[in-house]
Amino acid sequence: MSSRTAGEPLLAVESLGLERGGRELFRELCFKVLPGHLLQVDGPNGAGKTSLLRILAGLSRYGFDGRVVRHSPLLYLGHHSAVKALLTPRENLLWHVAGECAYSDRQVEEALAKVGLYGYEDVASHALSAGQHRRVNLARLYLSQCPLWLLDEPFTAIDKGGVAELEKLLVTHVERGGAVVMTSHQLLQVAYEVQMLSLTDGLVA
Amino acid sequence: MSSGAPAASTLTQRSPGTLPFCVSLLRRQLTLAARRPIEIGNPLLFFAMVVALFPLGLGPAPDQLAGFAPGILWIIALLSNLLTSDAVFRSDFEDGSLEQLLLAPQPLFMSVLAYIGAHWLTTGLLLALVSPVFALMINLPTQAIPALVASLLLGTAVLSLVGGIGAALTVGLKRGGMLISLLILPFYMPVLIFGSAAVQNAVLGTPATPYLAIIAAMLCLAIALAPLAIAAGLRISVDA
Repeated sequence: MSSRTAGEPLLAVESLGLERGGRELFRELCFKVLPGHLLQVDGPNGAGKTSLLRILAGLSRYGFDGRVVRHSPLLYLGHHSAVKALLTPRENLLWHVAGECAYSDRQVEEALAKVGLYGYEDVASHALSAGQHRRVNLARLYLSQCPLWLLDEPFTAIDKGGVAELEKLLVTHVERGGAVVMTSHQLLQVAYEVQMLSLTDGLVA
Repeated sequence: MSSGAPAASTLTQRSPGTLPFCVSLLRRQLTLAARRPIEIGNPLLFFAMVVALFPLGLGPAPDQLAGFAPGILWIIALLSNLLTSDAVFRSDFEDGSLEQLLLAPQPLFMSVLAYIGAHWLTTGLLLALVSPVFALMINLPTQAIPALVASLLLGTAVLSLVGGIGAALTVGLKRGGMLISLLILPFYMPVLIFGSAAVQNAVLGTPATPYLAIIAAMLCLAIALAPLAIAAGLRISVDA
């Protein structure tokens, strides 16, 4: 896992098709996510962006055609923040159910400081706002060593400054050999080649 | 593109082993339970209430009560377990933690054992520990109390594991309460039969150990098989 060459895909999608409620959302979707890719999935509401990401993550395992081959560990951030209101932000990250890494206390503090939650480490999460909940979840990105990130609407409820920080983080991640697949309705303001996958008109590279 | 993408050598994921992960899950679940003490207290309160009602309903004849006591105590223990098993995965499903758990690199089989373990520690274990008090309330002969505690310790663990299967299957449903009872009550029956038989035999002065051994065997079987079913149930519930 440590010596991955740059050309090897982290994720390969072969002729993926999905139908929901008698409506075809997408079909014959083929793409590969390579290290260094920043892929934005675009489409109107109900176009199947979240469904696609859940299929890519492996949470939806039935009801679609085609094949998804995952070659690397992945980090998935969905609509729900997976932040427990009864735990403090620190506990939420230290005992996170995704079980990717055993983080030290200091790493968690640094990550929380980076998402602007310095001083909130030991405040019960139910005292935090919706945006701060999202930020606790986003702190996982600063801790993560997963090469592949699947982010479903990561900018929801995040303020302007937070969005800029997050965009910077995404670029750092792809520049160090990771890859990002994300859904968002707003265009990324980054100095990096963003690939667009439009679910209505197919892949525009 | 390739110039901007150096080799992925900086990204190496070192996930914790299964055991440390399960320990952290257990700590997480126990902390969560400790911050909602009312939910730990509820089954015990339920137990105390029903035990207090029986003398009123059956009449205050101590001998009669003592005869029914093993069965009564076991039925209440079973019902109070049924009340709580619905909630094992519920809140994790609602806030998205369950999705993350399914994606964890550690085997789901072991992670769900940590969840069930935490559930048992906060329900079955406590119930077994305070059961002597309730036993005295309905006049269970004192020589049967060790058998009662032992059978509850073993039996409630089986109930938690079996209840976990029902909880995993119904977690995606808005009102799974009744369905979960229908699903898992048949599997609760053997535990009830042998659990109350163990106490009954202790009351009569015959050895309770054969019955306890059978419950222990059920527990071994449940530990081996229930997590498989729970893991499969969770995957189905999250998929849907």
